Amino acid sequence: MAKQVPDTRNVGKDAMTPEGTVNRAALAAIFNPEDLNALEMALQMKDQIANATVYVLTMGPQRAADIIREAMFRGADGGYLLSGREFAGSDTLATSYALSCALRKINPDIIVAGRQAIDGDTAQVGPQVAEKLNLPQVTYAEELVAIKEGEITIKRRLERGTEVVVSPLPAVITVNSSAKECRPRNAKRVMKFKYALATSEMAAADQKAQSFIEERPYLHIVEFSAADVNPDPEQLGLAGSPTKVKKIENVVFQAKEAKSLTGEDKEIEALMQELIASHTLG
Amino acid sequence: MNNVFVYIEIEEQQIADVSLELLTKGRELANTLGVKLEAVVLGKNIKALAPELAKYGADTVWCADDEIFAPFRTLPHTAVMVGLIKQEKPQIALFGATPVGRDFAPRVSSALHSGLTADCTELVIGEHKDPKSGKEYDSLLYQIRPAFGGNIIATIVNPECRPQMATVREGVMRKEALATPAAGEVRDIDWKPMVKDTDLAVRIVERHIEERKINIKGASIIVAGGYGVGSKEGFKLVHELADVLGGEVGASRAAVDAGFTEHERQIGQTGVTVRPKLYIACGISGQIQHTAGMDGSAMIVSINTDPAAPINKIADYAITGSVEEVIPKMIKYYKQNSK
Repeated sequence: MAKQVPDTRNVGKDAMTPEGTVNRAALAAIFNPEDLNALEMALQMKDQIANATVYVLTMGPQRAADIIREAMFRGADGGYLLSGREFAGSDTLATSYALSCALRKINPDIIVAGRQAIDGDTAQVGPQVAEKLNLPQVTYAEELVAIKEGEITIKRRLERGTEVVVSPLPAVITVNSSAKECRPRNAKRVMKFKYALATSEMAAADQKAQSFIEERPYLHIVEFSAADVNPDPEQLGLAGSPTKVKKIENVVFQAKEAKSLTGEDKEIEALMQELIASHTLG
Repeated sequence: MNNVFVYIEIEEQQIADVSLELLTKGRELANTLGVKLEAVVLGKNIKALAPELAKYGADTVWCADDEIFAPFRTLPHTAVMVGLIKQEKPQIALFGATPVGRDFAPRVSSALHSGLTADCTELVIGEHKDPKSGKEYDSLLYQIRPAFGGNIIATIVNPECRPQMATVREGVMRKEALATPAAGEVRDIDWKPMVKDTDLAVRIVERHIEERKINIKGASIIVAGGYGVGSKEGFKLVHELADVLGGEVGASRAAVDAGFTEHERQIGQTGVTVRPKLYIACGISGQIQHTAGMDGSAMIVSINTDPAAPINKIADYAITGSVEEVIPKMIKYYKQNSK
């Protein structure tokens, strides 16, 4: 499982509109960093098991197919894009419900995901999916120790230390940023998969591109609509989300233009007060 | 029924600070709502901890005492928490946003189909009117948290599903023992019917608790020192500021090469890459080799005697001054202004 996220870590000067709202268009859409660690761990499993395949499942708009292609360039066999208006406004619970419906259909032996996405930082979707599928979970995975038929051994990070656990399979594994970094793109794979398209992208492409992919099924990124995964509509999107956003306040955005301060008491005190008020401290 | 639950986290037979902080907050919420505060403890030989929990405001201490609950494993803790919530129907359930809380609270919420708000920085009771249905609620839990990389602060409510669940990070809420605590009532959880054999399927085969090690990669606040700190002695100030702010100490390569501090603290191209919420660069000039490892920080404050230091180009705040002069002021004014 992976997510395409706005790059909240590299917030540039144009990231906020003049009205002080987040300008999503100005933020690059990237592969969620810990999902790349997860992809690497999945690829390590593939390296160790004959005939294993790695597929990426993502939920998002059509452009989220970009991260599936990216994963294919790095070693994944293909992917599934779960897309539709029904999913709009989903909180973590509605998201994990939708993903669990898709996973029921795909029926994988192991589900690997990043610990959390940088646009929400909740770390909830992995465990919530595991619960919905009634599977055990191993969170904060740092190292794949061993994998064999029906059983996986994982070294996981604790608050202060590590733990090695053995879990039966299938299971959900969530991976930390402290795990091995993802292998880079492979030039041959880029050549092979650069024309891969999701179903709706194919529909919008020209005849030539369509027949090119039809002759090469490995270039077809499977796209699921809500109806394809047989969900209970009441549990999807806004309606299926128990949590509601009551209010949003913008934190005064600091553009990357240094405010110059002297070391005078008054200025240092104002700075510390501001850091506390903006929840940067405390 | 309708009470406030706090899950108590135990580390090596000690109550985690975050759990006491949550009891203090939970006491306040329970008083506002006119209900009881109930602590839930799962572990081995944990009953002795009950008086301490009562001291921090728990009216009831629910205990499940068995070795299957220690060390923590996701499934048995989830099963018992879900079972007890179904039995007692609290309106609010709070968890520490620790690795343990963040591991199993989402599962509990998923099993109960109830929302969970992660990493709240404030919790208050307030009224709510649903903008669509017009339905009014007079005492919901406002779950307030930063979102979108800290660029917005969102207030979340959970109008219909119970319990209203939230996690809170350690150190965010204050902890305060009651002046005149009541004797908490200790109650045993009838947990055996709640835990299935399959809940014990994940085995811990090795466990290694480290001495507090340097963890700059995961730190949300980093105070980093450069060559400009001047000496090993000068680094003590950097440590002091980091301790007060609850952060970690980082360093530039020049400071490490000069022997001011350990190599594990080195940030930059040849060291660790960090993306904390706050990066305070003390006496660091800001060569690209260093900034490559920290320019993803959400906020950068630099302290440098040279106003033209390159670090100031990527800093949000550039303080012109010496480290020895500025850091003690930061410590002083942080202490004066934080709760």
